[in-house]
Amino acid sequence: MASTRPRPLSPHLTIWRWGPAMAVSILHRATGIALSVAGLAILAWWLMALAQGPEAYAVFSKAAHSPIGIIILVGLTWSFFQHLLSGIRHLVTDSGAAFELGINKSSAILTIVGSVILTILLWAWLLGVRP
Amino acid sequence: MSIGDSSTPIGKAQGLGSAREGGEHWLTERVTSIALLLLGSWFIASLLLLPGLDPHTLAEWLKAPSGAIPMALLVVVGFKHALDGMKVFVDDYVHEPGSNFVINTLLLFLAVAGAAIALYALAALAFGGAQ
Repeated sequence: MASTRPRPLSPHLTIWRWGPAMAVSILHRATGIALSVAGLAILAWWLMALAQGPEAYAVFSKAAHSPIGIIILVGLTWSFFQHLLSGIRHLVTDSGAAFELGINKSSAILTIVGSVILTILLWAWLLGVRP
Repeated sequence: MSIGDSSTPIGKAQGLGSAREGGEHWLTERVTSIALLLLGSWFIASLLLLPGLDPHTLAEWLKAPSGAIPMALLVVVGFKHALDGMKVFVDDYVHEPGSNFVINTLLLFLAVAGAAIALYALAALAFGGAQ
């Protein structure tokens, strides 16, 4: 007998009570979209600029070093690390583990702390800071 | 119940589980995410360890097979994972079948075009067709 009830739909942002787990879930989606749209577009542009030689690369480099360019690149770096860390957390929960309230909450917080630290470390390194 | 099948036998009998398909899509997203965990880490580590980020150094890095091959994989798997992820987002919020089809098809075209541009650039670098 087929179910006649309407199939469940994804909940929208408005019905959730704010907490680390739902925030990380939403961040995972938002950072995924940012990486898919801006990240991959910039990756393709960067590779094309490299292939076309110094003049094309100078255009890319100028845009990347502009204030807006730096904000976008730092944002994408953070998006990358946030998506990567919450992606790992996702794989763990997909296996059925880490649904206990304590570890679920602390691992969610850990992805945000980790992504911010990794972003700072990476940009410090790129700007020439060495231990 | 085969790999990627999205409902259990009892779920099938009761008409529950995925409304159409989706198990394989879900699994593909996980498999590509594991690949991107490796390729993304390689990409970040490479940028950190290169002697410089000037276009000459970057081009030399991507001309060599050790740079060109992982980067080509990153492009292909990255665009595939982005496309799968965007489909989840679209399917969650665009329920009207016509609009859903149009948006998902548009995203497919954009992803294939983006990957083609990036791969062309890599080939031009590796085989020296461009300047």
